[in-house]
Amino acid sequence: MSDVPIEQPLDYPLPAPAALEPPAEWARLRQQCPVARVKLPSGDEAALVTRYEDVRSVLADPRFTRELNAPGAARIIDTESGGLFNSPVANTLAAEGHARWRRMVGKWFTARRMAALRPGIEATADRLVDGMLEHGQPADLVTHLAFPLPVWVICDMLGAPESDRDRFAHWSDVTLSLTEYSGTEIDAAQHEFTACLTDLVDTKREQPGDDLLSELLAVTDAEGRPMSDAGLVATAQALLVAGHETTASMIAKMVAMLLADRRHWERLAADRTLVRTAVEEILRFDPNGGFGLPRFLHEDAEISSGLLPSGTTVVCSMAAANRDDSAFESAGELDLGRSPNPHLAFGAGAHSCLGQPLARTELQVVLDVLLRRLPTLDLAVGADELRRVEGLVVGRLHELPVRW
Amino acid sequence: MRITVDEVKCCGAGQCVMVAPDVFDQRDEDGVVVLLDAEPPAVLRPAVHEAASVCPAAAIALDRRG
Ligand code: HEM
Ligand code: SF4
Repeated sequence: MSDVPIEQPLDYPLPAPAALEPPAEWARLRQQCPVARVKLPSGDEAALVTRYEDVRSVLADPRFTRELNAPGAARIIDTESGGLFNSPVANTLAAEGHARWRRMVGKWFTARRMAALRPGIEATADRLVDGMLEHGQPADLVTHLAFPLPVWVICDMLGAPESDRDRFAHWSDVTLSLTEYSGTEIDAAQHEFTACLTDLVDTKREQPGDDLLSELLAVTDAEGRPMSDAGLVATAQALLVAGHETTASMIAKMVAMLLADRRHWERLAADRTLVRTAVEEILRFDPNGGFGLPRFLHEDAEISSGLLPSGTTVVCSMAAANRDDSAFESAGELDLGRSPNPHLAFGAGAHSCLGQPLARTELQVVLDVLLRRLPTLDLAVGADELRRVEGLVVGRLHELPVRW
Repeated sequence: MRITVDEVKCCGAGQCVMVAPDVFDQRDEDGVVVLLDAEPPAVLRPAVHEAASVCPAAAIALDRRG
């Protein structure tokens, strides 16, 4: 593999040796080829950046735009809609004014609100663990806990009825697919999803509840303008799509990483005050971080590893950057007490993950509940038998068989 | 140590509040950072340094001379 000349574009996403092991190319690219030519699933070419300093500065620099539908920008996949990155959702939110939108929605994600949500999330996690215990061992932690919890949390926040949760889960799955579903399937799912959310917004207008959509219907921005209906639907869609699969797969990968070398699990079981730093370290260490973030340049831009010409599509690999030895001491080791931990799993700059406080809360709660309820938890298969789902923007495990 | 925060850059991620709740808070209406104590006592310095380093928007600046 390593005698492929660097001038040839690498196929992207990069192949990885095993579900919990990073692509072998990361280390080589960081050292020898910090701006690498890659070929995306569509066949178009992009420039991949893997060093911490480069990834952080590209993400924080507004010259690297999210306009992946601009003429000349590389397409990620070969469908007309272009999938997640230039979906109507992204465009509608851009039309609402990004900074304005963040401020209007941001009040639902403050540290104080997270503290208020925590007991409800904990009760749900406990209930899901009860279900897993009833099912008996071995059990798939993805089906019983990792997948349902984040849908429940977001549907609850949006005020969506319990009966819609399975359909919501399916839509977010299709929207995040890279190659698994066809373009027609993706378009059909997005269409149905939008129709269902439009109904939900109408319901909230007639019967407001104590939820994010009802609140957004009632408030205006600093200039007294309300959010448009399309903006509301896009917000609901964005939160579900952005917050479901990402968190679900991270929960499964977190448990898998901690159990693959059970000393990590035992260290946490002995000292649960480490849960906060452990979650950050797991986010940093994620070997299967998904596609990364694409950006498009309308002008030449200099980064520390060189000049990127106007018209370049840049793909930032946060997961590769998170293992850069020049940013983290012993970057290749999982250290559950690491602090500070300025990892890039949630991106950086003005677009960095809006839901990160919620994701952190969910991950901390799940870990706490599992350590309390199932201290004897263990993998029911060898770590090398775990398989990743190919073809998704988000790196995900097929299943996680556990016993206790 | 003197702290300044940039409200325009802040993206409301609340990391600073989680790490150093005695020094940082967030506005209820939009989640933007509120500086509670610009010159916190020495015991809080490690937490303040952590907050500044993990802030995704690089919105927290520390002046070590002050
Ligand atoms: C472990 C779980 C999660 C990970 C790894 C993650 C990762 C990310 C990343 C890397 C971005 C940056 C996208 C960009 O710069 O183009 C992002 C954006 C975003 N995330 Fe998350 N996320 C997670 C959970 C959540 C949750 C739970 C929610 C909400 C319920 C959420 C909502 C959002 C939204 C709305 C954006 C767009 C922000 C903007 O454009 O300003 N995420 N996420
Ligand atoms: S951590 Fe940074 S971005 Fe987040 S609330 Fe604090 S100052 Fe704002």
